[in-house]
Amino acid sequence: MSDLLANLLQFFEMVRYPAGSALCLVGAILCVIGTIGVMRFPDFYTRMHAASITDTSGATVILIGMALMAPGWLIVAKLATIFWLLFLTSPAASHAVVNAAHTAGLQPLIGRIGKKADDEEGAA
Amino acid sequence: MAYFLGLLFALVAFWIGMSGHFEPLLLGLGVVSLVLTMILAYRLDILDREGAPYVRVIGFAMYFPWLMKEIVKANWTVIRACLRADLDIAPTLVKLKTICTSDLAKVTFANSITLTPGTVTVEIDGDKLLVHGLYEQDSQPEAFTEMDRRSARAIDGKGAAA
Repeated sequence: MSDLLANLLQFFEMVRYPAGSALCLVGAILCVIGTIGVMRFPDFYTRMHAASITDTSGATVILIGMALMAPGWLIVAKLATIFWLLFLTSPAASHAVVNAAHTAGLQPLIGRIGKKADDEEGAA
Repeated sequence: MAYFLGLLFALVAFWIGMSGHFEPLLLGLGVVSLVLTMILAYRLDILDREGAPYVRVIGFAMYFPWLMKEIVKANWTVIRACLRADLDIAPTLVKLKTICTSDLAKVTFANSITLTPGTVTVEIDGDKLLVHGLYEQDSQPEAFTEMDRRSARAIDGKGAAA
C-alpha cells in the first residue's frame, strides 16, 4: 500500500510540470480564441459573450496549471483566492458593463446573423 | 452568532493562507487585525446573511460542481461559435421569472447566468430578469429553470420563504 502511494507520488512529481505547462498553454490558447471572438462578433452584446470565455475558462485553466506547478500549499492557497476573486467579480463586471449599455439605450442585434441571413439579403 | 463564527473562521483561514508564518509576532498581528475587522464589521452592522454568507457554504458547495459543468459545456458552444468559418449566431433577448426570493439567491442566479458564456444578465427588476443570449434556441426561458431551481435551493434552503 505504501509502495503504491510512493509510486503515485513519484508519478505526480514527474508529471506535474509538463501537465501544468500544458494547461497554461491551453489557457493561453483559450484567451486567444476569446480575443478572436471579440474581433469577429458583430455588436457589443455578442462581443461580451466572447470575452466571457477569457474570463471563465481561460483564467481557470491557467490557474489550475499554475497550481500544479506550485512549490507549496501556500501558493495554491493564493491561487485559490485569486480564482475565488475572479469567480465573484468577473460576472459583476460583465453585468455592470452590459447594464450600462442597456441603460444608455444601445439596441442589441436580434435574430440570425451569418451566412443564411447574408444569402437572403443577396437574394432580395 | 453563526455569522460571527463564519466570518471569524473565514478571516483566520484567509490570514494563514496569505502569510503562512506561524511566529508569535505575525500571529499576534493577525489576531489584532482580526479583532479590528470584527469590531468594524459589528459597528457597520454588516454581520448578516449577505455580509457573512458562510452559513450557506454547504448548499453552495453542492451547487458549485454543477455550475462548473454547465460553464464547461457553454464554453464549448461559444468557442465553436468563435472559430466557425462562417459566422452563424442568433442573438436574442429573453425575459425570465425567477423563483429565488432573497437578494442573495437572485444575485447567485444572475451571476451564474453571466458566468456561463453565451448568456449575460442585462437587468434585474424584482423577480424578472432580462437575459441576452448568443443562441436563440439555447436561451429559451425553460433552459434556465434548472439553474434557477438549483441556485434557489443552494442559497434559500429547502423551505426558506424569507
